[in-house]
Amino acid sequence: MVRDVEDVIIKTIARIMVPIMQVYSLYVYVHGHISPGGGFQGGCIMAASFILLAVAFNLGEAKRRLKEKAIAVFCSLGVFIYAWTGVVPLFFGGNFLDYSKWSHILPGGEVMARYYGMAFIELGVQIAVMAVMVSIFLDLVTAGRHEEVLGKDDDGFYSR
Amino acid sequence: MITQHFPALIVVLPLMVSFIVFVVGIFRVRWCLPLVLTTLGLCVYFSVDMLYRVITEGSPIHYRLGGWEPPWGIEYVVDYLNGFVLVGISVISFFAGMYLKESIRDEALKSKMPQFYTLFLLQVTGLLGITVTGDVFNLYVLLEIASFSAYAIIAMGSRGADFAAFRYMIFGTMGACAYLLGVGYLYIATGSLNMGDLSMLLPKLYSSKTIIVGFVFLLSGIGIKMGMFPVHTWLPDSYSLAPPGVSVLLAPLFTKVGAYVLIRVMFTIFHPSFSTDIYPVTDTLSFIASIGVLFASVLALAQRDVRRMLCYLIVAEMGYIVFGVASANHYGLIGAIFHIVNDMFMMASLFIVAGVVFNETGTSDMDGFKGLHRKMPVTSFVLLIGAFSIVGVPPTCGFFSKWYLVLGMIEAGRYFSLTVLLISSLINAVLFFRLIEITYFEVKEEGAYKIGEKNTPFSFDNLSLYSLIPMVFYASMVILLGILSGTIVEHIIIYALPQAFKG
Repeated sequence: MVRDVEDVIIKTIARIMVPIMQVYSLYVYVHGHISPGGGFQGGCIMAASFILLAVAFNLGEAKRRLKEKAIAVFCSLGVFIYAWTGVVPLFFGGNFLDYSKWSHILPGGEVMARYYGMAFIELGVQIAVMAVMVSIFLDLVTAGRHEEVLGKDDDGFYSR
Repeated sequence: MITQHFPALIVVLPLMVSFIVFVVGIFRVRWCLPLVLTTLGLCVYFSVDMLYRVITEGSPIHYRLGGWEPPWGIEYVVDYLNGFVLVGISVISFFAGMYLKESIRDEALKSKMPQFYTLFLLQVTGLLGITVTGDVFNLYVLLEIASFSAYAIIAMGSRGADFAAFRYMIFGTMGACAYLLGVGYLYIATGSLNMGDLSMLLPKLYSSKTIIVGFVFLLSGIGIKMGMFPVHTWLPDSYSLAPPGVSVLLAPLFTKVGAYVLIRVMFTIFHPSFSTDIYPVTDTLSFIASIGVLFASVLALAQRDVRRMLCYLIVAEMGYIVFGVASANHYGLIGAIFHIVNDMFMMASLFIVAGVVFNETGTSDMDGFKGLHRKMPVTSFVLLIGAFSIVGVPPTCGFFSKWYLVLGMIEAGRYFSLTVLLISSLINAVLFFRLIEITYFEVKEEGAYKIGEKNTPFSFDNLSLYSLIPMVFYASMVILLGILSGTIVEHIIIYALPQAFKG
């Protein structure tokens, strides 16, 4: 999985598939309010696109697109968005997670504010799930030893 | 006002900071510790403030997440019982966080300090959340947060810790499954997940088989998580092999939080009469706990490794708490609740001593304690206080909670358990006097320690303040809880009892 695969068909198909998968994952996320889907599913599809890159090309290619540091930041960023969506209503006199208080910042009244609140939460979930899935894949495939598999020149988080 | 949001903030703040620390650690490792300590310090403030408000106002604090009405939304409740436990958890975790950095000596692990802090704060989030929540399903989620971070952080320990963590994971997952199944049964029968709502809905259904099966599942799930006797086997390995700073947090808190959940389930969600009369589990619990206490005490006596010995003592201490719960009367329950908090501080002080000695001498074997008092007088004294408290010598808090437990057991007529408790105390005395003798009266061979090396005024025992302050604090709390036991029982614990046991 780490070695480069010399197969034109696989590489070409993967190159076409990856952007489509990523756009589709965003579609699944946005459409999660009114149909099956949402942040978790969208995040998984997004992660699958990076895993496809790693499988079709090599691990270095996937890590060049999504750096180890970026994964670490995204893991935290997702949860951070989630938590702040809940904390912001505290400043407007609501309880924790009371999305209706988002109406003080966003247009459209309380009902729409709850809608936005859900969208933010799902965005956080999407980002966190994407990053964690890729991270789990990288850890499994390299048995946790990224720098040994990829060499010293990689500026990943664990190789510092 | 911000004070009304404390029940939610005490869970949300460590959760948020746990992920901030992770990112900050990538760029500046130095900033992690102040951030973690500020967070935990705020948690201490939140919990103390909430307990103070509960005491002065005399009524529980209710907090509705998202503003939804209780039976539908999640509700956080702080009353006398969990307010008291919350203070214990947050104080212990603050000082354990202080000690965490000091305890990690391995260079490979030192580079992973941010990950340690992340897992540590997640652990605290879970423990505080379990205690503060008033919703049985939310409790399950937070139990899993605490457990999963525990598995990960234990696996970072010394040789063999990954295997121990894996075994803990298998056991813990089974426990969580059993708990979740129990919650499912209650939900099917009542349609509610709120503890207060359940306690009102359940009495009409007590004859139903569904409820009894659910109750048994709940008890067995909590039993595994709190390390009750037949299913305690994950405990000694995982807590003794975890990094020393981590066992200071995990060993005192996790099992005690399990005991708290046991009291909640048996006496808040279910009416006390259910577990004494309708479906009498208290006799069985008391019997199992008696065997467990004997077994654990004897095994503790057989250990040469001090940290392993302390782990077996935890199993025995859990048995004491179950004695109190199973007595199901006024004094027994006072003893159980008081012992939850007392045992947190006793175990924390002993585990931190074991951790400090392990780091200084490189072994947690009893030989490492030889002649320790000449090199480390403060550490030895903390060991002495912790040991006296476990044995139950009067000025320390261990005596007072055991006193209430004994009163409760006499009232309930459980003389077998009472005998076991006394025998176990005697075994503890033998155990600790052996350790104290090694520490104070045996002399290490000449030249083994360079006594008096770099004796600056602020480095007692050649330890940094980060290990010294927690150690001294835990020890002084052990004595303080003992001296103030009357006040605490009168003003807090009496009100924490269920209505049936008051008076």
